[in-house]
Amino acid sequence: MTSETTRARLAVGAKWSALVIVAAAALLFPVVFPNPVVTNYGVFALIFATAASAWNVFSGFSGYISLGQAVFFGSGAYAVGIAARDWNITGVAIFGLLPLAALVGAAIAVPFGLVALRVRRHTFIVITIAVFFIFQLMAFNFSFTGGSSGLPSPFLNWQAATYNNPFYYIALACTAGIVALSWLIRRARFGLHLRAIRDDEDRARGLGVRAMRVKLAAFTLSGAVTGLIGGVWFLYLTQVEPQSGFDPLFDLSIVLMAFLGGLGTVAGPVLGALIIEPGQLYLTIRFTNGYYGEILLGVIFLLVVLLVPRGIIPTGGEWIRRLTTRGRSALPPAVPAAEAARETRDEVRDPARSGPHGGAG
Amino acid sequence: MATQIYQAIVDGILVGGVYALMAVGLTLIFGVLDIINIAQGILVVLGAYLSYSLSARLGIGLFLGLLITVPAMFVLGVAIQVAFIRPLRGRERTSMTLLVTYAVALIVEGVLYRIYGPDDKQLTASYVTNSVHVLGFYLPYIYLLGFGLAVILVVALYLLLYRTRFGRSVRATMQDRTAARLVGIDTSRVAALTFGVGVGVTAVGGMMFGATSGGFNPNSGYDLISRLLAIIILGGLGSIGGALVASVFMLTVVSLVDIWSPTWANAVFYAALVLVLLIRPTGFMGRQAVRAE
Repeated sequence: MTSETTRARLAVGAKWSALVIVAAAALLFPVVFPNPVVTNYGVFALIFATAASAWNVFSGFSGYISLGQAVFFGSGAYAVGIAARDWNITGVAIFGLLPLAALVGAAIAVPFGLVALRVRRHTFIVITIAVFFIFQLMAFNFSFTGGSSGLPSPFLNWQAATYNNPFYYIALACTAGIVALSWLIRRARFGLHLRAIRDDEDRARGLGVRAMRVKLAAFTLSGAVTGLIGGVWFLYLTQVEPQSGFDPLFDLSIVLMAFLGGLGTVAGPVLGALIIEPGQLYLTIRFTNGYYGEILLGVIFLLVVLLVPRGIIPTGGEWIRRLTTRGRSALPPAVPAAEAARETRDEVRDPARSGPHGGAG
Repeated sequence: MATQIYQAIVDGILVGGVYALMAVGLTLIFGVLDIINIAQGILVVLGAYLSYSLSARLGIGLFLGLLITVPAMFVLGVAIQVAFIRPLRGRERTSMTLLVTYAVALIVEGVLYRIYGPDDKQLTASYVTNSVHVLGFYLPYIYLLGFGLAVILVVALYLLLYRTRFGRSVRATMQDRTAARLVGIDTSRVAALTFGVGVGVTAVGGMMFGATSGGFNPNSGYDLISRLLAIIILGGLGSIGGALVASVFMLTVVSLVDIWSPTWANAVFYAALVLVLLIRPTGFMGRQAVRAE
């Protein structure tokens, strides 16, 4: 047995044991920290981890940056609220409505995608923002959404001390589900198609990728998961209003989480959410004046984009590789080499600009 | 009914002039730097607050105050470009610049909350409240002045772009950045100055917005940026003429729908955007999208 294969096996073993440790820590978290104040942080972090991962499955893989995910999030929340009200569903049975939230998310994503995915880059981003504002306006102005006062969810007469725990495990299941899904997608032909579209859509189409179908499938999947977690969020908070369900800061936050962790990676969005959401929550509780949190979010954002533009996971991976090879020229993996080449090329070409008239988007 | 419709069209055209003042900077920045400046909405509001401070605290008139606010906003724009946008590079640049400008918007919004609080402010002057009665239409002085200012500014921008050396390098950079560098144009300098001009023009739009919107607060930026984005997409990204046409068109639509249902006027605005893009994805006067490498 050569030392190379030993090292490879060790790496695989380390990966699996790390995964087991993370899973065990996540499962035991409410047992070790039963304080509702602490588990509240856990629930929110996992809700955002799910939303950021769902965003990443579409936007991170395909390169189409969507700033309209709150459309699905809010619609999922409202779907559960409206169904519970109109069908008189109370008690634990309301959790049976969660698949409906996912269904509504998917049902909205299809026409939304058919319109928005016809255009690319900036125009796509702006269309998603426009659709987002249409939905917020509808939530404000229709009578069945409860107008500006929003909707309450049915009351759950659970103990306050353990109230958060079921929500924690539901959100954890959602996070595990979307992470597993994005891992599978990344390895599958579907994921390759998405990344081919990100790198060069026209060339991908030339090579036989059915771009519209692939993009729409990813967008719909992302919408369904975001709708689902929106439903969970609504039941947890027991209240949704137009400006909290359809919140522009929600879109910005999940994008920041994905960027911080590493765009297009599997674990990145989760890591980003685990770092940012508790911090944001703490700031909102600590400073009742909303603007401090706002300014800080903006500053952190600028620092992340300027200092770790590629995200923690890719940058950290590079550091570890550099450490383990100790400066020896190990066989460089294909992807980082290509990326390095691209970066130098960008510098030669032009740092300040790339785009439809100049070059790489 | 007919007079109501005519009045709505006249209103739409006049308000469209105000929006053109805000949208021109956004589309100019896109054309030269290939970025969408999400902060434009809050920078308009910042311009309005600057005018407010000058007129309410120091007693400097709104139009005279522009001599101070425009250069100040120009410097701010150059600073933002040099500090946060110039360092970005690589494949994700499009989305990164968007996020950076969004972050800048958040910070500016927070600072405005800190200084001015959440209450609505409004710019007041004798010509803001009075109007003139011509051919059966009510024309508020402030809109007439603003429309005139919009025309003057667009002509000035046109002269800057088509009659000066700087304008020639801007247009060259818009057409092909690499070629522009090859003939000796300092494209980073052009980019920084263009960002400054785009934000500086916004100071004028901000003053007009503050005087005509019937009250603004630090939160007004969101509504504004979504409208401005719809306008410049509809006009064709990077096209200044398109931004003018689209401003007038969109605001006339809003003003007409407003007669029947004020609550849905905004939704129709966005619906018009979606509809037009279904038929013509590059907008009214947009260039054909060049294949991204």
